[in-house]
Amino acid sequence: MSGSDSRIRVKEVDGVTQVEFIDRNILDEANIQAIGEEIDGIIANSSAPKLLISFANVDHLSSAALGTLITINTKIRNRAGKLCLADIDPQIYEVFVITRLNQLFDIHESKEAAMKAFA
Amino acid sequence: MPGSPMSGQVSLVNDRDQINAVQDLVVEQAEELGFPNGARFALRLAIEEAIVNAFRHGHRGLPADTPITVEYTISPERINVAIEDRGPGFVPAAVPDPTLDENLENPGGRGLVLMRAYMSRVRHNERGNRVEMELLMPEEL
Repeated sequence: MSGSDSRIRVKEVDGVTQVEFIDRNILDEANIQAIGEEIDGIIANSSAPKLLISFANVDHLSSAALGTLITINTKIRNRAGKLCLADIDPQIYEVFVITRLNQLFDIHESKEAAMKAFA
Repeated sequence: MPGSPMSGQVSLVNDRDQINAVQDLVVEQAEELGFPNGARFALRLAIEEAIVNAFRHGHRGLPADTPITVEYTISPERINVAIEDRGPGFVPAAVPDPTLDENLENPGGRGLVLMRAYMSRVRHNERGNRVEMELLMPEEL
Protein backbone atom coordinates (compact mmCIF):
# COMPACT_ATOMS: atom_id res chain seq x y z
CA MET A 1 0.00 0.00 0.00
CA SER A 2 1.39 3.40 -0.88
CA GLY A 3 0.17 6.33 -2.92
CA SER A 4 2.43 8.73 -4.71
CA ASP A 5 2.65 10.92 -1.58
CA SER A 6 3.19 8.03 0.85
CA ARG A 7 6.09 8.44 3.25
CA ILE A 8 6.20 4.73 4.17
CA ARG A 9 6.70 1.38 2.46
CA VAL A 10 4.34 -1.34 3.62
CA LYS A 11 4.43 -5.08 3.15
CA GLU A 12 2.66 -8.03 4.73
CA VAL A 13 4.81 -10.89 5.98
CA ASP A 14 3.29 -13.86 7.82
CA GLY A 15 0.38 -11.84 9.12
CA VAL A 16 2.58 -8.97 10.28
CA THR A 17 2.45 -5.57 8.60
CA GLN A 18 6.00 -4.34 8.14
CA VAL A 19 6.49 -0.59 7.73
CA GLU A 20 9.64 1.22 6.63
CA PHE A 21 10.18 4.96 6.34
CA ILE A 22 11.02 6.50 2.99
CA ASP A 23 12.64 9.60 4.54
CA ARG A 24 15.98 9.48 6.34
CA ASN A 25 14.98 12.41 8.56
CA ILE A 26 11.71 12.05 10.47
CA LEU A 27 11.55 15.66 11.61
CA ASP A 28 8.91 17.58 9.70
CA GLU A 29 5.63 17.74 11.62
CA ALA A 30 3.49 17.68 8.51
CA ASN A 31 5.25 14.54 7.28
CA ILE A 32 5.04 12.94 10.71
CA GLN A 33 1.33 13.62 10.83
CA ALA A 34 0.90 12.11 7.37
CA ILE A 35 2.83 9.01 8.47
CA GLY A 36 0.63 8.75 11.54
CA GLU A 37 -2.51 8.92 9.41
CA GLU A 38 -1.24 6.24 7.05
CA ILE A 39 -0.47 3.93 9.94
CA ASP A 40 -3.86 4.73 11.49
CA GLY A 41 -5.39 3.34 8.32
CA ILE A 42 -3.39 0.13 8.69
CA ILE A 43 -4.45 -0.25 12.32
CA ALA A 44 -8.11 0.42 11.57
CA ASN A 45 -8.16 -2.31 8.92
CA SER A 46 -7.24 -5.06 11.36
CA SER A 47 -9.03 -6.41 14.41
CA ALA A 48 -5.78 -7.24 16.25
CA PRO A 49 -3.10 -5.40 14.30
CA LYS A 50 0.45 -6.77 14.23
CA LEU A 51 2.76 -3.96 13.22
CA LEU A 52 6.52 -3.95 12.84
CA ILE A 53 8.09 -0.55 12.24
CA SER A 54 11.63 -0.65 10.87
CA PHE A 55 13.94 2.31 11.35
CA ALA A 56 16.47 1.12 8.79
CA ASN A 57 17.91 4.17 7.01
CA VAL A 58 16.48 6.63 9.55
CA ASP A 59 19.21 9.13 10.46
CA HIS A 60 17.25 11.67 12.48
CA LEU A 61 14.11 11.54 14.59
CA SER A 62 12.41 14.33 16.52
CA SER A 63 10.26 14.28 19.61
CA ALA A 64 7.24 14.86 17.38
CA ALA A 65 7.93 11.48 15.77
CA LEU A 66 8.21 9.89 19.21
CA GLY A 67 4.82 11.34 20.06
CA THR A 68 3.27 9.78 16.98
CA LEU A 69 4.84 6.42 17.84
CA ILE A 70 3.33 6.63 21.33
CA THR A 71 -0.09 7.34 19.87
CA ILE A 72 0.28 4.41 17.47
CA ASN A 73 1.32 2.17 20.35
CA THR A 74 -1.73 3.18 22.36
CA LYS A 75 -4.12 2.58 19.46
CA ILE A 76 -2.66 -0.84 18.73
CA ARG A 77 -2.84 -1.83 22.37
CA ASN A 78 -6.46 -0.71 22.52
CA ARG A 79 -7.20 -3.08 19.64
CA ALA A 80 -5.40 -5.97 21.37
CA GLY A 81 -2.64 -5.84 18.80
CA LYS A 82 1.15 -5.76 19.00
CA LEU A 83 3.75 -3.22 17.91
CA CYS A 84 7.47 -3.90 17.58
CA LEU A 85 10.22 -1.51 16.52
CA ALA A 86 13.39 -2.72 14.82
CA ASP A 87 16.61 -1.71 13.04
CA ILE A 88 17.16 1.32 15.26
CA ASP A 89 20.56 2.95 14.76
CA PRO A 90 22.51 3.34 18.05
CA GLN A 91 22.30 7.15 17.89
CA ILE A 92 18.54 7.00 17.45
CA TYR A 93 18.25 4.32 20.13
CA GLU A 94 19.92 6.71 22.55
CA VAL A 95 16.99 9.09 22.02
CA PHE A 96 14.66 6.31 23.18
CA VAL A 97 16.87 5.69 26.22
CA ILE A 98 17.09 9.36 27.20
CA THR A 99 13.31 9.66 27.04
CA ARG A 100 12.85 6.23 28.70
CA LEU A 101 10.74 5.19 25.74
CA ASN A 102 12.94 2.11 25.40
CA GLN A 103 10.89 0.90 28.36
CA LEU A 104 7.56 1.59 26.67
CA PHE A 105 8.22 0.10 23.26
CA ASP A 106 9.12 -3.48 22.32
CA ILE A 107 12.41 -2.82 20.49
CA HIS A 108 14.40 -5.44 18.60
CA GLU A 109 17.75 -5.34 16.90
CA SER A 110 16.46 -6.57 13.57
CA LYS A 111 13.27 -7.29 11.67
CA GLU A 112 14.05 -10.99 11.93
CA ALA A 113 14.28 -10.82 15.71
CA ALA A 114 11.11 -8.76 15.89
CA MET A 115 9.18 -11.24 13.71
CA LYS A 116 9.91 -13.95 16.29
CA ALA A 117 8.18 -11.77 18.90
CA PHE A 118 4.95 -11.97 16.92
CA ALA A 119 5.02 -15.76 16.74
CA MET B 1 40.74 33.28 9.05
CA PRO B 2 40.74 29.56 9.88
CA GLY B 3 39.66 28.87 13.44
CA SER B 4 38.00 32.25 13.88
CA PRO B 5 34.45 32.06 15.20
CA MET B 6 31.76 32.38 12.59
CA SER B 7 28.64 34.20 13.73
CA GLY B 8 25.34 34.97 12.18
CA GLN B 9 21.70 35.59 12.71
CA VAL B 10 18.77 34.26 10.74
CA SER B 11 15.11 35.17 10.86
CA LEU B 12 12.80 32.36 9.80
CA VAL B 13 9.14 31.50 9.67
CA ASN B 14 7.61 28.08 10.32
CA ASP B 15 8.68 26.61 7.01
CA ARG B 16 10.44 23.26 6.76
CA ASP B 17 12.88 24.42 4.08
CA GLN B 18 13.94 27.41 6.19
CA ILE B 19 14.28 25.23 9.31
CA ASN B 20 16.38 22.69 7.39
CA ALA B 21 18.53 25.47 5.94
CA VAL B 22 19.51 26.88 9.33
CA GLN B 23 20.17 23.38 10.71
CA ASP B 24 22.30 22.54 7.67
CA LEU B 25 24.24 25.80 7.99
CA VAL B 26 25.24 25.10 11.59
CA VAL B 27 25.82 21.37 11.17
CA GLU B 28 27.90 21.77 8.03
CA GLN B 29 30.10 24.37 9.72
CA ALA B 30 30.47 22.01 12.66
CA GLU B 31 31.58 19.26 10.30
CA GLU B 32 34.17 21.54 8.68
CA LEU B 33 35.58 22.30 12.11
CA GLY B 34 35.87 18.62 12.95
CA PHE B 35 32.95 18.16 15.30
CA PRO B 36 32.30 14.39 15.24
CA ASN B 37 29.17 12.71 13.95
CA GLY B 38 27.65 12.32 17.39
CA ALA B 39 28.02 16.03 18.11
CA ARG B 40 26.47 16.94 14.75
CA PHE B 41 23.55 14.58 15.46
CA ALA B 42 23.09 16.27 18.81
CA LEU B 43 23.18 19.73 17.24
CA ARG B 44 20.60 18.97 14.59
CA LEU B 45 18.25 17.41 17.13
CA ALA B 46 18.58 20.18 19.71
CA ILE B 47 18.12 22.92 17.12
CA GLU B 48 15.08 21.11 15.72
CA GLU B 49 13.49 20.75 19.15
CA ALA B 50 14.17 24.37 20.11
CA ILE B 51 12.80 25.74 16.85
CA VAL B 52 9.68 23.55 16.96
CA ASN B 53 9.10 24.60 20.57
CA ALA B 54 9.39 28.25 19.56
CA PHE B 55 6.80 27.96 16.81
CA ARG B 56 4.43 25.45 18.38
CA HIS B 57 4.42 26.71 21.95
CA GLY B 58 6.06 30.11 21.91
CA HIS B 59 3.97 31.46 19.07
CA ARG B 60 0.67 29.85 20.04
CA GLY B 61 -2.04 32.35 19.19
CA LEU B 62 0.25 34.49 17.05
CA PRO B 63 -0.07 34.79 13.25
CA ALA B 64 1.36 31.75 11.50
CA ASP B 65 3.99 33.81 9.69
CA THR B 66 5.47 35.30 12.87
CA PRO B 67 9.22 34.79 12.60
CA ILE B 68 11.73 33.61 15.16
CA THR B 69 15.38 34.54 15.31
CA VAL B 70 18.25 32.06 15.38
CA GLU B 71 21.69 33.35 16.34
CA TYR B 72 24.77 31.20 16.11
CA THR B 73 28.47 31.38 16.88
CA ILE B 74 30.60 28.52 15.68
CA SER B 75 34.22 27.99 16.68
CA PRO B 76 36.54 24.98 16.92
CA GLU B 77 35.93 24.84 20.67
CA ARG B 78 32.20 25.39 20.95
CA ILE B 79 28.98 26.06 19.13
CA ASN B 80 26.43 28.46 20.56
CA VAL B 81 22.91 28.67 19.21
CA ALA B 82 20.18 30.94 20.54
CA ILE B 83 16.56 30.76 19.47
CA GLU B 84 14.23 33.61 20.34
CA ASP B 85 10.51 33.75 19.69
CA ARG B 86 8.07 36.64 19.95
CA GLY B 87 5.68 35.03 22.34
CA PRO B 88 4.98 35.74 26.00
CA GLY B 89 7.42 33.09 27.18
CA PHE B 90 7.01 30.18 29.56
CA VAL B 91 8.37 28.70 32.78
CA PRO B 92 10.72 25.81 31.95
CA ALA B 93 10.49 24.43 35.48
CA ALA B 94 6.73 24.05 35.06
CA VAL B 95 7.07 21.58 32.18
CA PRO B 96 6.23 18.07 33.46
CA ASP B 97 9.06 15.55 33.42
CA PRO B 98 8.18 13.26 30.50
CA THR B 99 10.43 10.48 31.83
CA LEU B 100 8.25 9.87 34.87
CA ASP B 101 6.15 6.71 34.67
CA GLU B 102 2.90 8.67 34.77
CA ASN B 103 3.97 10.84 31.82
CA LEU B 104 5.66 8.22 29.69
CA GLU B 105 2.69 7.81 27.37
CA ASN B 106 2.08 11.52 26.90
CA PRO B 107 2.58 12.27 23.20
CA GLY B 108 4.43 15.54 23.82
CA GLY B 109 6.76 17.33 26.19
CA ARG B 110 10.11 15.77 25.34
CA GLY B 111 11.84 18.63 23.55
CA LEU B 112 13.47 20.17 26.63
CA VAL B 113 14.68 16.80 27.91
CA LEU B 114 16.38 16.10 24.60
CA MET B 115 17.91 19.58 24.38
CA ARG B 116 19.33 19.27 27.89
CA ALA B 117 20.61 15.75 27.28
CA TYR B 118 22.43 16.56 24.07
CA MET B 119 23.77 20.06 24.68
CA SER B 120 26.57 20.97 27.08
CA ARG B 121 24.47 23.84 28.41
CA VAL B 122 20.89 25.06 27.97
CA ARG B 123 19.69 28.32 29.45
CA HIS B 124 16.41 30.21 29.13
CA ASN B 125 16.03 33.93 29.69
CA GLU B 126 13.79 35.15 32.47
CA ARG B 127 10.81 35.73 30.21
CA GLY B 128 11.18 32.28 28.70
CA ASN B 129 11.07 33.31 25.05
CA ARG B 130 14.78 32.81 24.38
CA VAL B 131 16.87 29.68 24.77
CA GLU B 132 20.64 29.64 24.53
CA MET B 133 22.37 26.35 23.90
CA GLU B 134 26.03 25.52 23.87
CA LEU B 135 27.79 22.46 22.58
CA LEU B 136 31.45 22.00 23.47
CA MET B 137 33.80 20.13 21.21
CA PRO B 138 34.01 16.64 22.70
CA GLU B 139 37.29 15.75 24.33
CA GLU B 140 39.33 13.13 22.57
CA LEU B 141 39.51 9.84 24.46
